[in-house]
Amino acid sequence: MSLFHLNIVTPERQFFSEDVSKVIVRGVEGELAILKNKSPIITPLKMGIIKIYHEDKVLIAAIDDGYISVEDNYAIVVTKSAEWPYEIDLEEALEEKRKAEEALSRDHGVDVVQAQTALRRAINRIEVSELHKKIDQ
Amino acid sequence: MAQSTRDIKRRIKSISNIMQITKAMELVSSAKLNKARERLIRTRPYYYTVLKNLQQTFNIVGDHHPLLREREIKKSLYIVVSDDRGLAGGYNNNIVKLVEEECKGREKDVSLILIGTKAIDYFRRKDYRIREKFTGITEDPLYSDAEEIGKYAFNLYENYAVDEIKIAYTRFINNITHEPEIRQLLPHVNFWDVEDKRNKVIDFEPSPEEVLDYLIPKYINSCIYGALIEASCSEQASRRIAMEVATENATEIIEELKISYNRARQSAITTELTEIVTSAEVLK
Repeated sequence: MSLFHLNIVTPERQFFSEDVSKVIVRGVEGELAILKNKSPIITPLKMGIIKIYHEDKVLIAAIDDGYISVEDNYAIVVTKSAEWPYEIDLEEALEEKRKAEEALSRDHGVDVVQAQTALRRAINRIEVSELHKKIDQ
Repeated sequence: MAQSTRDIKRRIKSISNIMQITKAMELVSSAKLNKARERLIRTRPYYYTVLKNLQQTFNIVGDHHPLLREREIKKSLYIVVSDDRGLAGGYNNNIVKLVEEECKGREKDVSLILIGTKAIDYFRRKDYRIREKFTGITEDPLYSDAEEIGKYAFNLYENYAVDEIKIAYTRFINNITHEPEIRQLLPHVNFWDVEDKRNKVIDFEPSPEEVLDYLIPKYINSCIYGALIEASCSEQASRRIAMEVATENATEIIEELKISYNRARQSAITTELTEIVTSAEVLK
C-alpha cells in the first residue's frame, strides 16, 4: 500500500506522527480524503473527527479547529487540541454539554459564541467516543 | 571582646537562616525547571512545525495579502516577556535592557505589551506607551493566554495602529545558557532558510485570502505561545542558578565568620588568662 507521512501537532504534545495510507478530515468546505501524491493544499479544518487509516486499522480522534497542509507526501495537521476516544471522559463531556445548553437557554449575561463553541466541542467529543464504541463492537 | 563574639554568633545565625531559604528556593525551582523542560520538549514540535509550515506558505503567497505586505515602519509594538517574582539573577534585567537598547531614541513610537510584573515595574516610569499588561501567566503559560495576547496585538496591526510586532523573550538553550532575544512576528521574516518556492502551485481552500485570514493570527499565537514556554523555562533555570550561587556565597560567608568567631573567642580566653595570672602575681 502506498503510504505518506501524517503529523498531528497540538500545543500540548506531538499527537501523532506515522506513515499512513489514508486520512479523512472535515475541512471548512466539506470532508476531505487525502491519499498519497495529493497535490499541495492548505485549508482550515472544522472541529470534528479525523479518521486515520494506519496499517490495517482505522483510528479516529476528536480534534478542535485547526488547519491541514499537505505537501510532498507530508501532511501536517495543526490543531488546538486532539484526543483519542479512550482519552475522552464521556461523563465529563455530557456534563459540559449540559452546562453549555443551560448557558445558551439563559437570555443574558452569556457569551453566546463561547457557549456555542463549548457545546459543539462537547457534542463532538461525545460523537467520537460513541463512534469508537460502535467500531469496537 | 565578649560583645563581638556574640555579634558574630548572631550574624552566623541570620546568614544560615537566609541560606536555608535560598536552598529551599533552589530545590523548588529545580523541580519546577524539570516540569517546564518536559513541557518545552513536548511543545517545541508544535510551534516549530507551525512556524516552518506557515513560513513556507507565506513565501509562496508572497505579498498578495495586505497583511503580509511590507510597510514603512513608524510605530512598533514590542511584547516583552518577563516574570512575576524576580530573584532570578539577571533574567529580567537582560530582557528589558535588550528592548531599551533597540528602542533608544524612538521611545515615543514604541508601544509595549508587558507580561510579568517585573517588566511593568520597569517600564512604568518611562516614555513608552503601554498598551496592555498581563500578569500571572509566566509560570504556567496556556495556549489560551497566548491567544489573548495574540488577538490584542493582531488587532493593533490590522488597524494600522502599529507597523511591526516584535516579541522579546529569553530562549532556553540548556540549563545554564539562556539567551534574551527579539524576534519579529509581523511583517513576517524568515527564521530559517527555506528554499524558494514562489513558483510552486498550492491549493488554498476556500480561497487564499480566507485561508490567510485564518493562518496569520494562528501564526502570531503560535509564536507567542512558543516564546512564553521558552521564557518560563528560562525563568526557572535562571532562578535555580541564582539561588545556587546565593547558597554557595552564604556557605562561604559562614566559613569566614566561623574563623573570626574562633579567633575572637581565643583572644578573649587569652586576655582572661593573662588577667588571672597578673592578679595572682600581684597577690603574692
